[in-house]
Amino acid sequence: MRLSLVLIFVLLVGASLGIGVADLSSVDVDAGLLLAISRWPRTAAALLAGAGLALAGVVVQLTVQNRLVEPGLTGTPEAAMIGLLGITLFAPGAPILIKMAVAALAALAGTLGFLALARHVPRRDPVLLPLVGLVYGGILGAAALWGAWITDLMQYLGTWTAGEFSGVLRGRYELLWLVAGLGVLLWRAADRITILGLGEAQARSLGLDYRQTLVLGLGIVSLTVAVVVVTVGALPFVGLVVPNIVSRLRGDNLRANLGPIALSGGAAVLAADMVGRLVRFPYEIPAGTVFAVAGAGVFLWLLHAPRREGRAHG
Amino acid sequence: MIEIETLSVERDHAPVLHDLSLALPAGGLTALIGPNGAGKSSLLLTLAGLIAPRAGRVRLDGEDIHAMRPQARALRLAFLGQEQAQVSRLTVREMVGFGRWPHHRGRPGPADRAAVAGALALFGLGELAERPVSSLSGGQRQRTQIAMAHAQATPLVLLDEPLSALDPRYAREVMEALVAMAHDPAAPRGVVVVLHDLGMAARYADHVVAMKHGRLVAAGPRREVMRDAVLSALFDTGLKLREVEGAQVVLPA
Amino acid sequence: MAERRLILMAGMLALGCAAFLLWNLRAPMGFILSLRATKLAALLIVGAATGAATVLFQTVAGNRLITPGIVGFDALFVFLQTMLVLALGGAGYAALPVLPAFLIETACLAGAGMALFGLLLRRGAGDLVRLVLSGLILGVMLRGLSGFAQRLLEPSEFAVVQQASFASFGAVDHVQLFIAAPLLGLALLVAWRLSPRLDLALLGRDKAITLGLDFDRLVLGVLGLIAMMVAVSTALVGPVTFLGLLAAALAQALLRRLDHAALLPAAAGLGALILVTGQFLFERILGFQSTLAVIVEFLGGLVFLALVLRRTAR
Repeated sequence: MRLSLVLIFVLLVGASLGIGVADLSSVDVDAGLLLAISRWPRTAAALLAGAGLALAGVVVQLTVQNRLVEPGLTGTPEAAMIGLLGITLFAPGAPILIKMAVAALAALAGTLGFLALARHVPRRDPVLLPLVGLVYGGILGAAALWGAWITDLMQYLGTWTAGEFSGVLRGRYELLWLVAGLGVLLWRAADRITILGLGEAQARSLGLDYRQTLVLGLGIVSLTVAVVVVTVGALPFVGLVVPNIVSRLRGDNLRANLGPIALSGGAAVLAADMVGRLVRFPYEIPAGTVFAVAGAGVFLWLLHAPRREGRAHG
Repeated sequence: MIEIETLSVERDHAPVLHDLSLALPAGGLTALIGPNGAGKSSLLLTLAGLIAPRAGRVRLDGEDIHAMRPQARALRLAFLGQEQAQVSRLTVREMVGFGRWPHHRGRPGPADRAAVAGALALFGLGELAERPVSSLSGGQRQRTQIAMAHAQATPLVLLDEPLSALDPRYAREVMEALVAMAHDPAAPRGVVVVLHDLGMAARYADHVVAMKHGRLVAAGPRREVMRDAVLSALFDTGLKLREVEGAQVVLPA
Repeated sequence: MAERRLILMAGMLALGCAAFLLWNLRAPMGFILSLRATKLAALLIVGAATGAATVLFQTVAGNRLITPGIVGFDALFVFLQTMLVLALGGAGYAALPVLPAFLIETACLAGAGMALFGLLLRRGAGDLVRLVLSGLILGVMLRGLSGFAQRLLEPSEFAVVQQASFASFGAVDHVQLFIAAPLLGLALLVAWRLSPRLDLALLGRDKAITLGLDFDRLVLGVLGLIAMMVAVSTALVGPVTFLGLLAAALAQALLRRLDHAALLPAAAGLGALILVTGQFLFERILGFQSTLAVIVEFLGGLVFLALVLRRTAR
């Protein structure tokens, strides 16, 4: 299982480096330069964004103890956009790191708002929470839209909402490497976050500092989402689909699953980007759109698939 | 020894425990009984340090439970609540292993693995150890949870209605496992359990605490509390205890 | 009591219409008046259609939280229209006479909607939240597919579709109005005639059937009516998800009754009232352009969350 995953992964990366308008084998193209400036950054960006969002997804799911939730269903990207709008409006010249920090803080505030809301939603019905999250995200999204409208920043909002990689070049995506750092942090905190997933009472009676762990986990999620929104735009469903499939195949031990989740998340987004590049060659369809369609299909399947928990762990 | 002193607790701004004072013995199986809304679960949650009292305090061997650091408290008492988390796909061994977390904080050693193996064996989970919890039956899940509390190896174990949703066979198995835990000659523990089934309380408990409307009605050794008059008054309906073929049963009077 | 409130509402609606038409009227009066009248008619039709469709949908679904928009009815319409343009080409689509094209689209929507939601509703009200979430995700998927298909269109064809994908109260086609008005009138009349049966359906499928109602046939018929109303409103201005929720919730609060003979006209009237007064305030008084749809979505989303939280508090 692990080997085949790595193999698929390597094949995808190779293919992604090879696909593009310019033919690498052609004489009048400096292949090395093209790879360094465009193809590799694009491939790396897709991998990092996918890995980060998939990891963010599993953290959110453990935190609210609901498998049908992901950062896109907790108002996180919309809140990040509101933060970005604010900083773009008040300090348009601010360095990108400051902008991102503001976006991450706004994302954290938005996520905590969802968490406060989630406390009032009964646990009995796991499907209610993503519904509430979708509407909550919709409200924040409408607020962002309105803000962009009256401040003439619609154009910015457009680039943040639709995740795509066509604009990725060397020098424009390096922020995404933060995701790798966050992954390491997550690995260190993996056990605590798994315990978080056992419920507040259980976690606290095991001596876990519940709030601190919660804020740590959601902080990682918010920072990841903010980085992704700033550099490539929002990608829905990645955080939902990938962790659910990995959990079905490999169980729920976060520390053991961290690698597979990150790998498959990166591979899934890269595949979506490549489909977007190929369907209407040489034009492109945003990876976010491709993933919305494919991811929604998988989500519907998860929602209606008969439970076969026992066999799933073979 | 748990000393509860003039304890008052509110939940959602409504008082649920009124000025409760009570001492629970350190060992043996103590059953908390009473009608719905008596405040049994609230008392247990307060004992576990999960909700803070409005007034009064709870002392465990002289130390205030609510003043302890969570990490230290997790070494003194284990808690199994009613609220089930989403059904986890952790394996049984992984799940029970998290009971050792307060001891190793992320770096399990041989002693931890031995404790997990012991708990799995004690609750008959050896065969199921590598199965995901989500594939188990309700009774097996409940036993996994209890094994986890056992692996935590605390002198005090608190359980909120561990028998709910169990069929008679598993209910009996779970109760016998709890008795075994309370009277384990190697490491006897205090087990405090909220029970709805009066027959179970009458059969297995060493001590019984009866509560109603957030107040104490009676507390003491089983024989003293489990009496027709006390039970009838507690539940506002005629009840009588009879011995049938060696087991205590509760009948309508 | 309820009758008096209905009359009061009708009076306010008339007042709103008059204000909308006559406020700050300048020369050339005839021209401006006809322009405003067209817009007013569109607002009235969309508001009434959305309000009534929501009440109907809530009744057959047995839940006061959902709207046809939430479960992806209007996304389905946009998708169908995109597909039509894709199949016929922009020129072919434009060459279609308006009336048959509109009728075909409505019929397609009714058919697809009935198939889809008939199937989902058959699973019973117990699975309602799952139905709603499925519809929601289906909506995301359909919007993604539409976006996907729109990328395959030529820019000129794209413009044809785009009008249908975003709610805009700006440009309204005359011819469509003349088709939409009688269609909506007919649908409203049929729905109103069904009132007693709808009241019975509120008791739930099992109870209603034992009382002699052919529940499943009623549901299919009502889904057809809803499809017609959604088609009318979406074709005129584009998707508005939460307007119906706002109108239906306000109608119930206003009447404190659940009988459809009063509820349907109240929701229709309130839907129209919200749009007319909203547009009047935003366009004439505050001078904003085209932001009404966003505001209605924002407020409607808030109402949804309030309803969820209040329901779970009980």
